[in-house]
Amino acid sequence: MSETLLTINNLHKTFGEKVVLDDISLEVHKGEVIVVIGPSGCGKSTFLRCINALEDIQGGEVLLDGEKVRKDAKNISQMRQRIGMVFQSYDLFPHKTVLQNITLAPIKVQKRDKKDAEKEALELLKKVGLEDRGNDYPRQLSGGQKQRVAIVRALCMHPEILLLDEITAALDPEMVREVLDVVLNLAKQGSTMLIVTHEMAFARAIADRVIFLENGVIVEESANPEEFFEKPETERAAKFLKTFEFERE
Amino acid sequence: MDFGVMQSYLPLFVDALWLTMRIGWEGIVLAILIGLLCVIIIHLRIPVLRHIVTIYIEVFRNTPLLIQLFFIYFALPKIGIRLSPEFCGVLGLALLGGAYMTESFRSGLDNIAAIQTDSALSLGMTRWQTIIHVILPQAVRSSIPGLMANLIFLLKETSVFSTISLMDLMFTAKDLIGMYAKTIECLTLLVIFYLIMLLPVSLIGRVVERRMRYAEFGD
Repeated sequence: MSETLLTINNLHKTFGEKVVLDDISLEVHKGEVIVVIGPSGCGKSTFLRCINALEDIQGGEVLLDGEKVRKDAKNISQMRQRIGMVFQSYDLFPHKTVLQNITLAPIKVQKRDKKDAEKEALELLKKVGLEDRGNDYPRQLSGGQKQRVAIVRALCMHPEILLLDEITAALDPEMVREVLDVVLNLAKQGSTMLIVTHEMAFARAIADRVIFLENGVIVEESANPEEFFEKPETERAAKFLKTFEFERE
Repeated sequence: MDFGVMQSYLPLFVDALWLTMRIGWEGIVLAILIGLLCVIIIHLRIPVLRHIVTIYIEVFRNTPLLIQLFFIYFALPKIGIRLSPEFCGVLGLALLGGAYMTESFRSGLDNIAAIQTDSALSLGMTRWQTIIHVILPQAVRSSIPGLMANLIFLLKETSVFSTISLMDLMFTAKDLIGMYAKTIECLTLLVIFYLIMLLPVSLIGRVVERRMRYAEFGD
């Protein structure tokens, strides 16, 4: 196995009294695609948000290349640059054009040359089939297009790992495909990704490893997605997967 | 109504208009800056400062400008702070306006989903960069209606400047009435000059609001 990029040790997260994540440990290797599935409210999204310290954690640690990711750390901005994140609701900046959305952080945060950043942004946009939309505002795009822009915006920072948080959950079915194709391509090119999704067929196709999360704990972990989706080891995972199947009476 | 008299008063009113507008706009620009500063303090939940801001807003929103001006103009000299009437006018308006501007910016800020902050932070932006490039531009945009209402309100409030012997429109009208008793002529001129000052602001406000709505929803 290639070298470890992200290490999560005994992560513990509570919202007030409620335990959301309980003693989660995980290692993510370079180039690996890990898919996290589980019922709504099981803590999947919170888990991703803890990784780039958008949430406080009450115990444990997150290490990127051996370096701690902490919300109140001085270098948190640098750490977050290395961890890209795409959200369910796209969250493009509505007052900026597509190109400005993508280049804002490279220019302001990484102090890159505006021309270079724009050149790269356009190249990336071309890869996702949106090269002619650079001067549009987010409101002029469809959901699927917005989400592709959001992915490009994250990529333009050259992150070492990408966190994708239910990025197709808000999309119409015909737009889901165009977004997932982009992610599949990224996987092919060897991107390291941690993906939370409800698209089981997609999860099966892309995952190197599957993690089934329920009530804040890892119930099942499998390095063989085919096997996991056919015949999960735990009853709870089986029950969850069953909810995605339909049979004629 | 004696139009000849009105015509002879015109230059005085024009002078007064310029003075009123100058003080008004200086005060408003300062008010906007104070508002931005205060809303950042509230947004960042800076300890101590944010409580001071809250007290400031409540005090200035819940007392009349007249009393605030009296404090600045008549009470401060008693403790050795002597300011020119014009400076007092600008300061009074800026402090009153700042409290109102903070409130409209804050309501604009509340309209911005917290996830906008998250997405900026996740790109590695600092708290400050997030505020400057992502949050404030949107907050200001969505507070335009409130901001416009404040502009008109503040420009109208300038009429109390006459009480600290600033030669504004109100002062000029009162003065002329006192001297020549041409009440109707003076009051008519007063109304006309306030309209000259405020109507364009109202109209521009309406256009800007429409454009903003277009920009937000696209159609």
